[in-house]
Amino acid sequence: MSLSGAWYLGLAAVVFSIGALGLLVRRNVLIMFMCVELMLNAANLTFVTFSRMLNDVGGQALVFFTLVVAAAEVVVGLGIVVALFRRRRTSAADDFHIMRG
Amino acid sequence: MLATASTVDALTFAIAAAVILAGAIGVVVARNPVHCALSLVMTLFGVAVLFVEQQANFLAAVQVIVYAGAIVVLFLFVIMFLGVDTRERVEEEPLRGQRPLAVGLMVLGLAGLLLMGFGAHWSVGARSVAGPARGQSGGDVAALGRSVFTTYLFAFEITSALLVIAVVGAVVLARRPGGALAPETDPEAEPTDAQPDAYSPADDAEAEEVAP
Repeated sequence: MSLSGAWYLGLAAVVFSIGALGLLVRRNVLIMFMCVELMLNAANLTFVTFSRMLNDVGGQALVFFTLVVAAAEVVVGLGIVVALFRRRRTSAADDFHIMRG
Repeated sequence: MLATASTVDALTFAIAAAVILAGAIGVVVARNPVHCALSLVMTLFGVAVLFVEQQANFLAAVQVIVYAGAIVVLFLFVIMFLGVDTRERVEEEPLRGQRPLAVGLMVLGLAGLLLMGFGAHWSVGARSVAGPARGQSGGDVAALGRSVFTTYLFAFEITSALLVIAVVGAVVLARRPGGALAPETDPEAEPTDAQPDAYSPADDAEAEEVAP
């Protein structure tokens, strides 16, 4: 029997908060994407933990679909970053202000 | 529960948690984007260890293959493509007071999450229709496959459509306007009409990464 699920949930909460903080603080679009991946992983860890606590395979199936969506999201997002870099020669989020009001 | 858990489990969790937290903090604080990506790999491996610890063996394998093997490689590919020397200007703040506000929000949100995680009994509620995770013949791989290909079959098929759309989107976005041999466009120039058969090596790399 593994540890109590609360430990895993607490760790996932900490990782999610670190990812959210990085998303708010960092300026490089690529690193902001990595912070989104951190948050997704924290959510995956929560799903797997609940799957074990409830003995229900639905949580693991959801993690499977989250992985697929994360892969698709990263591919499209990085394609956008490359296209933006071609036009603006930068990957800093502050420089993409052409649509500001 | 903690008293009944074996020492090995507690030790595994402690080491994996330390690796995960070190990697997560590294992603946020590292100046070099390559170091950020390598810290992300550390975190992903730690999460895979915790998946194994919770009897989700198939997801641990997929985590290592798809995340560490494909997504982080794609990140590194784009970092190298854009140039690693694009340091960000950390000292200037376009929005004054945004960073302290972000730290305050993080502490507040973390406190709320931890209160929910430790202070409430969240593992209650109705069963899902997917079936139990343990006790089935064939282990967790068979249980997961059975639920994905029966209960969640429609979502699985939609997933394949999503991947195709992502491949097409990546190819369209990464395509260089004006064909492969055209010079780099001026940063301020308007995009020209793209040729439908335009080809650039980046397209293949983008498209292959989504395959797993």
